[in-house]
Amino acid sequence: MTHEVYGLMAEFDNPTALVKAARAAREKGYRKLDAFSPFPIEGLTDALRLHKNKLPLLVLAGGIVGGIAGYLLQYYVTVVSFPINIGGRPLHSWPSYIVITFEMTILFAALSAVLGLLGLCGLPMPYHPVFNAPRFALASRNRFFLCIEADDPLFDRALTGDFLRGLEPHEVSEVAH
Amino acid sequence: MPETPQLVERTRDDIAPGYTFGSVTDQISAVVLTKRTPIFWMLCFGAGFGLLLLLLLSTALLFVKGVGIWGIRAPVMWGFAITNFVWWIGIGHAGTLISAILLLLNQRWRNSINRFAEAMTLFAVACAGMFPVLHLGRPWLMYWLFPYPNSMGIQPQFRSPLVWDVFAVSTYATVSMLFWYVGLMPDLGTLRDRTRNRIGRIVYGIMSLGWRGSARHWSVYETATLLLAGLATPLVLSVHTVVSFDFTIAIVPGWHSTFFPPYFVAGAIYSGFAMVLALAIPLRKVYGLEGLITAKHLENSAKVMLATGLIVAYSYIMENFAAWYGGEVYEQAAFWHRLTGPYRYSYWVLIACNIVAPQFLWFKRFRTSPALLFVSSIVVLVGMWLERFMIIVSSLAQDFVPSSWGYFHATRWDVATFAGTIGLFLFLFFLFIRLLPMISIFEVRTLLPQAKVKEERG
Repeated sequence: MTHEVYGLMAEFDNPTALVKAARAAREKGYRKLDAFSPFPIEGLTDALRLHKNKLPLLVLAGGIVGGIAGYLLQYYVTVVSFPINIGGRPLHSWPSYIVITFEMTILFAALSAVLGLLGLCGLPMPYHPVFNAPRFALASRNRFFLCIEADDPLFDRALTGDFLRGLEPHEVSEVAH
Repeated sequence: MPETPQLVERTRDDIAPGYTFGSVTDQISAVVLTKRTPIFWMLCFGAGFGLLLLLLLSTALLFVKGVGIWGIRAPVMWGFAITNFVWWIGIGHAGTLISAILLLLNQRWRNSINRFAEAMTLFAVACAGMFPVLHLGRPWLMYWLFPYPNSMGIQPQFRSPLVWDVFAVSTYATVSMLFWYVGLMPDLGTLRDRTRNRIGRIVYGIMSLGWRGSARHWSVYETATLLLAGLATPLVLSVHTVVSFDFTIAIVPGWHSTFFPPYFVAGAIYSGFAMVLALAIPLRKVYGLEGLITAKHLENSAKVMLATGLIVAYSYIMENFAAWYGGEVYEQAAFWHRLTGPYRYSYWVLIACNIVAPQFLWFKRFRTSPALLFVSSIVVLVGMWLERFMIIVSSLAQDFVPSSWGYFHATRWDVATFAGTIGLFLFLFFLFIRLLPMISIFEVRTLLPQAKVKEERG
């Protein structure tokens, strides 16, 4: 289903007003909400009931894969592919594998943290409708925005607009697609 | 309704009063977005560029003639190259310490110095990484350091600390780069929204990956930053530990010692904070950023320098004590040579730079004077270079058999390559100052008192 607009955007002056507005919109029953701010705000995640993200799990998996891969690489090279017999010492010399196993764990975990961050956020994203909001450039400076999207079942251009204006924002504007 | 006690706002000394979200943003981004470039920048960038050309010249000559243009002769085959490697990579450590360890410790004053300290890390690691590669003899075959299927039927020796070093340093460079870029993303979004230059908008727009400050993104972002900090912390401690393994795993007198890892890590942070101060003090003056990089930042960095300096001093004392108490004649001779032998001047100068000079930092009047701090940070940088030089060269020059003893003479190309990497560092660093925000804008916004959400109770 396509809508005429992407949603309605209310602009606030300070983080406290944004958190209050987000909470009020949740209580009113709106679910397709997003807030935009120039810095991470404590309490906004709670107010919007954002689920815990799966990033820690991804990083853990990445770390385990990296560690195992690092160890197996060294095992394969020193025991199977290129064994060097030095005075009959064991080929599987695990103490000397520790450093590289550790480094590969960190490397893979860090890579999965960054790729996971981008994946979970859906970035890079060259175009997004919220940038059509007239004063949205200030979301990266000093203004705080709450957007109710048109996908929301309760969304109604007039009623939702009135509701947002009731939250005493600086300005309410429609966001084109 | 009972009266709720008002929380008294603690006066903050990590940011000057009177800043707003807007003014913080404008002041930091103005450094990048203005058309006017300060003379100071021109001079530093020019000096960096000149020295970079010197690096190009000496590297080209090295490729043509080989490592013989340096003073490395048997028995001192490591010379300046490895000294510079250890020195540069140590300098990088302070950036990661500030960005990762101080984040985990919730030291919020770090927010205004972490960005350029991380940039310093990246560029220092770039300079460091160059030396072992140039020192290989055939630098164009450097990819042989990595394991890959090849027709020669040979593989790297995974039991050698030199190969561990390849993995440690390349992981460190990669993770530092990722951490730095993740930190930049929101600020690149700010620059994209604020620049009036069309090309700037496109370039910053692409680099910001479409960041829009959504609450959903911030929540993942904060998790990611915390996890990366948690990963970078053991990593940074491991890197200089592995660098010290290059020495301790060998049986050369003066190297074969168990306390090298903590000794090296402390020395790394020591020289790194010196570099942070040496960069921050002129920058805040020239760009008028005293309200963001305050006296408190300088003082705290000086305190870290003093603390790590004392650890280094303890290591020097213990090193000599252990040699004497251990009763091993070669070990004793190695330390006796350092104190009284042909390299005694560098030993006593490094003692003066690293142990005696920093004792002034005990005094608050000294710590709060930017000019004196600048001088003392340069002194520490010199001292730490001499320390690396002394460890490497004096041990190699006089080992077990007196008939094979030698003396290291640096050539002009040794000096030129080292000066050239200082040029590379300055070149990259001042390019960064001009093109990217040197202070993390979004993290400084969170320092402002108005960033706190006021909860209604009752």
